[in-house]
Amino acid sequence: MTRYFTEDHEWIEVDGDSATVGITHYAQSQLGDIVFAEVPAAGATLKKGGDAAVVESVKAASDVYAPVSGTVIEGNAALEGDPALVNSDPEGEGWFFKLTLSDSSELDSLMNAAAYQAFVDGL
Amino acid sequence: MSEEDEFELEPIEILELPLDAWHRDKGARMVEFAGYHMPIQYEGIMAEHIWTRENAGLFDVSHMGQLMLTGDGAAEALEALVPGDISALNEGKMRYSLLLAEDGGVLDDMMITAVPMGLYIVVNGAVKWDDMVYLREYLPDEITINNMEDRALLALQGPKAVDALKRVVPGADALYFMEAGSFFWGPKTDPEPLWISRSGYTGEDGFEISVPGTHAKALADQLCAQPEVNPIGLGARDSLRLEAGLPLYGHDMTPDVEPVEANAAFAISKRRRAEGGFAGAERILNALANGPVRKLVGLSVEGKMPVREGAPIFAGDAQVGVITSGGFGPSVGAPIAMGYVDADHNAVDTPLEAEVRGKRVPVTVASLPFVPHHYHRKGANK
Repeated sequence: MTRYFTEDHEWIEVDGDSATVGITHYAQSQLGDIVFAEVPAAGATLKKGGDAAVVESVKAASDVYAPVSGTVIEGNAALEGDPALVNSDPEGEGWFFKLTLSDSSELDSLMNAAAYQAFVDGL
Repeated sequence: MSEEDEFELEPIEILELPLDAWHRDKGARMVEFAGYHMPIQYEGIMAEHIWTRENAGLFDVSHMGQLMLTGDGAAEALEALVPGDISALNEGKMRYSLLLAEDGGVLDDMMITAVPMGLYIVVNGAVKWDDMVYLREYLPDEITINNMEDRALLALQGPKAVDALKRVVPGADALYFMEAGSFFWGPKTDPEPLWISRSGYTGEDGFEISVPGTHAKALADQLCAQPEVNPIGLGARDSLRLEAGLPLYGHDMTPDVEPVEANAAFAISKRRRAEGGFAGAERILNALANGPVRKLVGLSVEGKMPVREGAPIFAGDAQVGVITSGGFGPSVGAPIAMGYVDADHNAVDTPLEAEVRGKRVPVTVASLPFVPHHYHRKGANK
């Protein structure tokens, strides 16, 4: 399994032709206390860079974009009851959705962990 | 992922306030607000909010304007521009009031205190320069307007604020809500006078302390050394005031609304209602007599999704209002909002819907505040 990152602070962990998507530690730390998350429904089709989910902190609502195109397999139902999972475990239990990739070549434009770390350090 | 920062402003040059370095040392995340670098949070909005409701929070509100009006007849002259009974204010008493445009629209909300020199007025940071221009234009030349830019303003808020403050500034605990006075602070050999009022913007008991900028750091350090006190950022200030049902100027109150629709009829004093004689009096007194066409109300929100500023409010297919402040209320434990709703739909308990990202969210008109006020009122049983 390989994990990739976007400049919009999403992570995507790819396993064959399916993948899990969430937001990074850096993203959650910038957002602060998460009070609500809206995840896409199974079957929704997402386009790379398009709106995929919404995450709301006490002070603001933010969009989560699809790192790649694909069809949603499952949204993380646990976030409905416990949106703070995005703060406590953003790159684990606080994932947003799983999807089937429609074009794995789209992964080529994403960053690996080291490149993302360098990107965040430069912000 | 992108953040739509609700504190965005685009000042030409972002200025530093006296406690800038102090905030950064305390681990604050700084944002631009009202033309200044300001702390939005330290450890986190939720924790800071709850801390303030249970203990005491120290807020730096030095971006706000501290004006001094002096000259014979200052109170009477100011009454042409505000609807409160200012000439009846005794020394050391303060009143919430509104700066009115010629058409009765609200240009700012403010705290006016009668002091030995004249009137001490605290205005919103984002509009303080506009306020000064407006006051200068409309007040007689013999009234002097002094912008006390050399002073910082700290707010100490929460049920334990009084315990912390009386240790640092003995005697300040004698004030009641909406009273103010001068108190000495520091070594007996070289005491510094502070101007302290028992007031605030959280719904809790608390104080606002005007201190020379040169002494702000020493005072903030001493207050934060008290076990009850943590520094609190603008983020929690916003969620605290929303729960307290207090309007945020520029959002819940603008030049487009008059005081009655802004739910601030209480700021129009009895004598002024009878006599008029303030900017926009005809429109405002008509709204008082006949009811405003729309009104700022509280809205409780069903479910967990926050409803935010700008969301339209519907009764069936008809849009009957708009949200002007909304977010999550940490003490309420649910999303809460305020907004303007048309006259036929703004009674408490009226079920309505707000639209967020194309979806309808059930909301209900709620009485304000969402969290009861805990002011230290004179004559009240505690």
